[in-house]
Amino acid sequence: MCLAVPMRVIEIPNEGRGVVDLDGIRYEVDLSLTDDVHVGDYVIVHAGFAIEKLDAEEADARLVLFERMADEYRRGLGGEVRLMAPPARFGGPS
Amino acid sequence: MKYIDGFRDRETALFLRNRMTGAAERLAADGRTARVMEVCGSHTMAIARYGVRDLLPPAVDLISGPGCPVCVTDTGYIDAAIELARRGVVVATFGDLMRVPGSRETLARVRAEGAHVPVCYSPAAALEIAKREPENEVVFLAIGFETTVAPVISIVDAARRDGVRNISLLTAFKLVPPALRALLDDPAIRVDAFLCPAHVSAIIGADAYRPFVEDDRVPCVVAGFEPLDILLGIAEIVEQFAAGEARLVNQYSRVVKPEGNRKALNLMKRLLEPVDAAWRGIGVIPGSGLGLRAEVAEFDAAKRFGLVIDAGKTNPACKCGDVLKGVIRPRECPLFGGVCHPDNPIGPCMVSSEGSCAAAFKYSRCA
Ligand code: SF4
Repeated sequence: MCLAVPMRVIEIPNEGRGVVDLDGIRYEVDLSLTDDVHVGDYVIVHAGFAIEKLDAEEADARLVLFERMADEYRRGLGGEVRLMAPPARFGGPS
Repeated sequence: MKYIDGFRDRETALFLRNRMTGAAERLAADGRTARVMEVCGSHTMAIARYGVRDLLPPAVDLISGPGCPVCVTDTGYIDAAIELARRGVVVATFGDLMRVPGSRETLARVRAEGAHVPVCYSPAAALEIAKREPENEVVFLAIGFETTVAPVISIVDAARRDGVRNISLLTAFKLVPPALRALLDDPAIRVDAFLCPAHVSAIIGADAYRPFVEDDRVPCVVAGFEPLDILLGIAEIVEQFAAGEARLVNQYSRVVKPEGNRKALNLMKRLLEPVDAAWRGIGVIPGSGLGLRAEVAEFDAAKRFGLVIDAGKTNPACKCGDVLKGVIRPRECPLFGGVCHPDNPIGPCMVSSEGSCAAAFKYSRCA
């Protein structure tokens, strides 16, 4: 019951309410538990409420990190593997 | 959806598996195993669904903890909800609770017999029902961990604002950190590291796990729910464990902040206060629940309807308690897969899609 996935905000019809999209399906969500959400942002939706924003920069950096890992795997793990450190803003590996 | 698919790449998973090998070999050479507890039903489900265990070295033992709010809800709570439904109260609930066995029956059964038990995806829907049916008393079954508490409790504010008087909450909220403390303090359970929940942490913040790292020297890694998040989290834990370190690492920083969601936490603090809470199969853990404060007592269904909630009667053969503590694996329960299966769940761990027994039944080939 804790399932929650990132959904993109496509409309903010009025203060505290948002319309999000996941794979073409639209849901109305309550935005009152989050600050500063704008159209185009990704939010984590749980029980009809956005419980937190998804930081797209951090998510993109993580995807880049994962892509590099996949590349290393494809290259047969030859040589030393260097990984890009994730952004430190919210405390990556310390 | 790149923010979902991007976290499921197979080759990255294989890379992460290889990355763990060195640390795992060191562990194996010392005859040690890392017992890693995942404390979130969504982790349990994802681990089973994506076959994460198959990718792990033998020196890593993944055990499921009490991570599903439905599974830890006491039988007596279900009995109280059924009692309300029988008295003619509208009992609005998240769907997962419908088939959880109470002492004698389920909410699904009393609904089939005519009780009004609407299933809501959001607690806000319960408030809508109360507005639409002013002649009825509506009770929302308010269970959940920190993730769910804030959405549920915000309807109290909304009800006050809109002057809705015919709604109340039957609360059985649970808090994750006190449960982790109880597990660590139980000598019968050995946990070496926690894979900390994603969306509970979004609310309480990664810093909530500091005491376990600093006082108990148990590595804590916050990880998202996608398979690569989980693998990266486990790789981090195994490396720490092999090196004899214990650190707090937030691998889900795209969502989780060190301090959590302040807005949600403030709302919870304003309307709720810590209470002792009963966990199914585990017992009462002091300060591990949240109840409504005196100022909002009018929204407390137990008070409004004079309900006494006891532990209820649980099938003695059901081993959910031991499954929830990570003492046994689902398939070690004698009822698993025999009498107890998703179409005939004996305990809640087989009901909820995030329950350990249901996940093991659905996905595990060797179940
Ligand atoms: S298999 Fe069924 S009876 Fe056994 S612990 Fe799991 S839910 Fe309970």
